[in-house]
Amino acid sequence: MRVLAQVAMVMNLDKCIGCHTCSVTCKQTWTNRDGVEYVWFNNVETKPGVGYPKRYEDQERWHGGWELDKRGRLRLRAGGRVKRLLTLFSNPDLPDLDDYYEPATYDYDTLISAPAGPHTPVIRPKSAITGEDMAITWGANWEDDLGGAPEHAHGDPNLAAMAEKVRMEFDKTFMFHLPRICEHCLNPACVAACPSGAMYKREEDGIVLVDQDRCRGWRMCVSSCPYKKVYVNHKTGKAEKCTFCFPRIEAGQPTVCAETCVGRLRYIGLILYDADAVLDAAGVEDPRDLLEAQRRVFLDPDDPQVAAAARASGIPEDWIEAARRSPVYRLAMKYRVALPLHPEYRTMPMVWYIPPLSPVLDAVTGAGADADDPDNIFHAITDLRIPLEYLAGLFSAGDTGVVAGVLMKLSAMRAYMRARTIDGKVSHDLLDSTGMTADEMEEMYRLLAVAKYDERYVIPPAHKEDAAALAAQADGCSLDGEGGPGMSGFHPEGLTGRRSDGRTALKLFVSGGGTA
Amino acid sequence: MSVVLWVVVPYVALTVFVVGHVWRWRTDQFGWTTRTTQVLESRLLRLGSPLFHLGVFAAIGGHVLGLLIPKSWTEAVGVSDHLYHVVSVTAGTVAGVMVVAGLGLLLARRFVTGRVRRATTRMDKALFTVMAVVILLGMAETVAINLFGGGYDYRATVSVWFRGVLTFRPEPELMTGAPLVFQLHTLAAWVFIAMWPFTRLVHVWSAPVAYLWRPYVVYRRRTARPAAPAAPAAREPAGR
Repeated sequence: MRVLAQVAMVMNLDKCIGCHTCSVTCKQTWTNRDGVEYVWFNNVETKPGVGYPKRYEDQERWHGGWELDKRGRLRLRAGGRVKRLLTLFSNPDLPDLDDYYEPATYDYDTLISAPAGPHTPVIRPKSAITGEDMAITWGANWEDDLGGAPEHAHGDPNLAAMAEKVRMEFDKTFMFHLPRICEHCLNPACVAACPSGAMYKREEDGIVLVDQDRCRGWRMCVSSCPYKKVYVNHKTGKAEKCTFCFPRIEAGQPTVCAETCVGRLRYIGLILYDADAVLDAAGVEDPRDLLEAQRRVFLDPDDPQVAAAARASGIPEDWIEAARRSPVYRLAMKYRVALPLHPEYRTMPMVWYIPPLSPVLDAVTGAGADADDPDNIFHAITDLRIPLEYLAGLFSAGDTGVVAGVLMKLSAMRAYMRARTIDGKVSHDLLDSTGMTADEMEEMYRLLAVAKYDERYVIPPAHKEDAAALAAQADGCSLDGEGGPGMSGFHPEGLTGRRSDGRTALKLFVSGGGTA
Repeated sequence: MSVVLWVVVPYVALTVFVVGHVWRWRTDQFGWTTRTTQVLESRLLRLGSPLFHLGVFAAIGGHVLGLLIPKSWTEAVGVSDHLYHVVSVTAGTVAGVMVVAGLGLLLARRFVTGRVRRATTRMDKALFTVMAVVILLGMAETVAINLFGGGYDYRATVSVWFRGVLTFRPEPELMTGAPLVFQLHTLAAWVFIAMWPFTRLVHVWSAPVAYLWRPYVVYRRRTARPAAPAAPAAREPAGR
């Protein structure tokens, strides 16, 4: 057993109102630079919908993630090593800029410099890539709140598996928001696909990063990530991705997306896992067993043997203690209400989701029934195939039983707490039906409904004794003043600067007008 | 004059090539990349890039065979002059056509597609110009002189001179008699070699062959692994 710690996240989808604050603050922090105008490390999609980039979940097309070969061994879906090296010159699975969207800006100067006249000056959208006039026809959240859904949303790959009749009805029936960041997988396909070895998973906290000095622009990570959360910076020709805000995590602070989340739906905490067990778990035959296989890889931090093994692996005592208080562990393992996104990709993702009850509640209300009556909801969960099948396609490789179990538990919790607070009664039927004790039920309620900052984010800071090494690493961003012109001619204008040690690095500050 | 062209120029180019690479490697790891533009345009690239790269591999193989391997060696294994000529002209023409077609598509892509044109740096433009000149002169040698013309046995002169340069025993007089096209191709190639370390061509040295035997998932520690990982206090020495 090799115990490693992973910083993981859970998002409670019932609380997401689709305000995009996470996306905007993330963009302001990480991708407000040239070359990544079209990149959203955090984006919020409306489901059903094709998502960002378009139809990224269609692995028949993009060949992301892993599959089992004929002999039952794990293999990247894009093919073996030799095959992929042969496609270095032109990657057949790489999304085009148009699969994301063409970023636009405006010629704002026209507003200021237009001569006085009877008419208000008008500005046109300009491509942020070419500077030419363009029509804005798509964006990272084009389908917000099912906008244009009748036209586009039938392209959602998750609907392909559902019956025709169901597909025609979905947009009248339900919708929910799905915020997405990099999954920081235990078995990351992007890392496995990187020919240069520039991508890596940090042993200390499991964060998956791109070494900008070693990336050679072979772009295999972009196509191999089934969540399409690695992007090409089209100016530098290098890969960039969500960093899980590692400088903040090292300081014991939550990511920017979590910190600024209006609905307070994100939880961050540690998971201890057995690194030696990951490959076997990712290689189980039936995709529906992947969820349980991944749960078996997670280790119980309260188990003294696990704690001893963690110490032996060099995990500090305060980290083990933080793992015991981890909200992520509680939601995924103790209450078992959090589920991974698309476990069938076999990457063992580490950003999990509490599936939303709202589609079911919407359906109950839509059918004219009372959504406050737990019986109606229980019946709806078992009877309504549409939302359940769809959610199962996202979170449990199509196993509706798993999603139904979680939704039952969530609605049982609501009913239990309503009876407790309004009627002052303890419903033993509801406790029995979920197999929880009264204390557990209240603890889960507290974590889901009222948890404060310190309970939602249990992040042990990186160790002070590592500070020297951390500072050395952070030097990648610290440029001398404005950095000068960098190496004129090697890089596009204004993109790079000189570091204090004379080496060239990416300038991490804005160098131009705003982009939309 | 011949000493300048066939001794000084090669050694200056080779020096710039070596020193330039060392300097670039040490100061600009960040710029050491293919600078891929596939995300901006992929339709022309899908055809042009494999054509160009595979053609270039064949052309490099041909140059190794023609320049580095002495005529006496191929004769020793029974390859007659005629056989060599037929093979080199045929394979050279095929490779050349691939390279020219591939480069044509890739250059067209740079001109036609606004997105890619915007991503083209001054250094790219200089590189593509020199590269096109080298390739067209090389095609002229193979097609105009050796395929349709009277033919020229460069292995008796150019190749011997080239090996002399590499072994520090240059014989410039071997080049003075070569046809003008051969002389120009050679000179343009030295310019090309001198530019190499300052262009996107450095990605050639990063061809990811080691990927074939590397473990799939790469782990890295933020800090150096402590000497005795079993000891509870093992994290402390990291502050050194």
